[in-house]
Amino acid sequence: MPDDVSALQLVLTGDPALFAIVRLSLLVSLSAVVFAALVGLPFGAWVALTRFPGREIVIVILNALMGLPPVVVGLAVYLLLSRAGPLGSWGLLFTPQAMVVAQTILIVPIIAALARQTIEDLWVEYRDELAAMDVGPAGRVATLIWDARFSLVTALLAGFGRAAAEVGAVIIVGGNIDGFTRTMTTAIALETSKGDLPLAIGLGMVLIAIVVVVNAAAWGMRHAGERLAG
Amino acid sequence: MLTSRHLIALGAAASLLGAAPALAQDKSIVVASTTSTQDSGLFGHILPRFKAKTGIEVRVVAQGTGQALDTGRRGDADVVFVHARAQEQKFVADGFGVKRLPVMYNDFVLIGPKSDPAGIKGMKDVTAALRALKTKTAPFISRGDRSGTHAAELDLWKAAGIDIAKEKGPWYREIGQGMGPALNTASASNAYVLADRGTWLSFKNRGELDVLVAGDQRLFNQYGVMLVNPAKHPHVKKELGQAFIDWLVSPDGQKAIADYKINGQQLFFPNANAPGA
Amino acid sequence: MRAPISDLPILLEDASVHVRGVTILERISLALAPGAPTVLIGPNGAGKTTLLRLAMGLLRPSSGRVSWGGRTDAPPTQRAIVFQRPVMLRRSAAGNLRYALAAAGVERAKRAARTEELLALVGLGWLGERPARKLSGGEQQRLALARALAKEPQVLFLDEPTASLDPAATKAVEDVIHAVTARGIKVVMSTHDLGEAKRVAGEIVLLHRGHVIETADCATFFSNPGTAEARRFTAGELLV
Repeated sequence: MPDDVSALQLVLTGDPALFAIVRLSLLVSLSAVVFAALVGLPFGAWVALTRFPGREIVIVILNALMGLPPVVVGLAVYLLLSRAGPLGSWGLLFTPQAMVVAQTILIVPIIAALARQTIEDLWVEYRDELAAMDVGPAGRVATLIWDARFSLVTALLAGFGRAAAEVGAVIIVGGNIDGFTRTMTTAIALETSKGDLPLAIGLGMVLIAIVVVVNAAAWGMRHAGERLAG
Repeated sequence: MLTSRHLIALGAAASLLGAAPALAQDKSIVVASTTSTQDSGLFGHILPRFKAKTGIEVRVVAQGTGQALDTGRRGDADVVFVHARAQEQKFVADGFGVKRLPVMYNDFVLIGPKSDPAGIKGMKDVTAALRALKTKTAPFISRGDRSGTHAAELDLWKAAGIDIAKEKGPWYREIGQGMGPALNTASASNAYVLADRGTWLSFKNRGELDVLVAGDQRLFNQYGVMLVNPAKHPHVKKELGQAFIDWLVSPDGQKAIADYKINGQQLFFPNANAPGA
Repeated sequence: MRAPISDLPILLEDASVHVRGVTILERISLALAPGAPTVLIGPNGAGKTTLLRLAMGLLRPSSGRVSWGGRTDAPPTQRAIVFQRPVMLRRSAAGNLRYALAAAGVERAKRAARTEELLALVGLGWLGERPARKLSGGEQQRLALARALAKEPQVLFLDEPTASLDPAATKAVEDVIHAVTARGIKVVMSTHDLGEAKRVAGEIVLLHRGHVIETADCATFFSNPGTAEARRFTAGELLV
């Protein structure tokens, strides 16, 4: 049977091995987005709204870090979490937790940089009006984040997309352990190198479907934003 | 609403992290082994038997031999299971491993295109075959990744009287990757490559490739297993790790290894009790 | 609840505003007292917008003094401003008003009723649920006016409020100005339209190149201007 047909079979019949891999991938990447949002959104908002010396440099660095190569992040986290490294006693290497850590580090710059851009643009628009209405600092931040929520969710989707698609970080810190730290991307890499293509193609189809859904959601967000609020 | 979706994701993440302490208390060990052993499918066959017997989950991190030994040195694994005898003995001598036990052997095969431009098919002497490859500058793929297979390949060039580091040419391509990618590359470029029989048997993308030279004593590939030394790394799960090692060399484990067949062919030959293995 | 402390009179004493080496306002001395509206007129670039912002408290004078009811540091809780190009928040029209009411400290229970009142006051009653950014320019201007009135200010600054409005909408806005003036709110506005200045003003202030050229009550200014510039300006000449 040709490889793509057996691949489709695996997907459509809900092959348990395939879907266990998909489930782990989603769990790792979604967790990374949550943690990266907790760090990146406030930081991005702070940089957007605060004048401080070196602000321009921080923005440039933040934007540059969006292009962090995943393998480099993987290597750095590996060195940190290895027993021979500073955080070795946590025993996190070769676990899904390590993968969440690596992906969080990878996407924090994306979320922070996009949040900063979005919030700063809106702040430029809103500044005078909010000052005229005597809105305090906390109120300003809350208003900006709420009014920019659609763009901010788009930033989160961008982060998720990056995390779900990368292989370099998770393969190094996770070890691609069968049934434990094997995600869609690492499984595709492995199966392809073994010349065993149906599972790889099946996972590839699911991964592309996820990417399409994420992009559609981002598009939907922008439209909802425009429709609801102009 | 946006907020509750965030809360759900947060909850999922928290439960993932919260599972960590539970996972740590699970009966599990980390075994650093090689990609060729992983790719052959052996672990998929024997590990469920071990788990059924002892309840211990074995998590295999498959790397090149060099990296697997390094992982053991750093204490990131509990057991190291590779096929590079000299390096294993050094590992123990340096105090990183407790004791090296032989487990099984498989063999390497010299693979090449059916058209065989170098004319080595059926040779009994693998060193003669390698000399022919060099003379005819036939394209050859080397793993070049400090793996056990790579070490074996280098030893064979030496045995053939060739200083490959000095005498290689464009026909000799080092790809720095595992057995699967090496076979893929050889298949795609109709080149010769040294592979372990296990990976070859489960490799599906053969193209024009076939086994050309096999059976020479020098192609035998011995596997050894070692417990990472708890004296150097106190967190090593020594009881669970030792249980795995004991099982591998026990009649039960050795039988499981021998039972593993691809297309009716046995890949690995247990020899835990062979002297001098 | 109206605070007992008043922001009036607003006194500008020798106030100047320099930005990046450019002098926008030079040694302005002006008193804004309760009562009839004060209307700023003058050519473009005269500094009318800057003067309004200064009196609102959105920027500090580079030299000189601005005080509200005798205080030099008074938060704008009793002052409101409608900018020349007001920015709508990314919400519905009613949402914008509810936001302004919340910012002014109006209790939640009262906001719905107040929102309806304010929308009706500026003639936007039927547009409450429309996204504010989708309103026309004139409608946005009127919504901004309603937003400013949400906090029941003592002083209302308006920067060319009818510049982009058709005559009907202009009348609506001027009616609102008359209504709030009758209620005791001090209106300080700038305009390009001399006719409108005549209709609205109690007091006229002519600005040119950052200086106050002349201050007079409306009737006097137009019938008997004191300065040459005032004469030329009211005659329709370009002041350069």
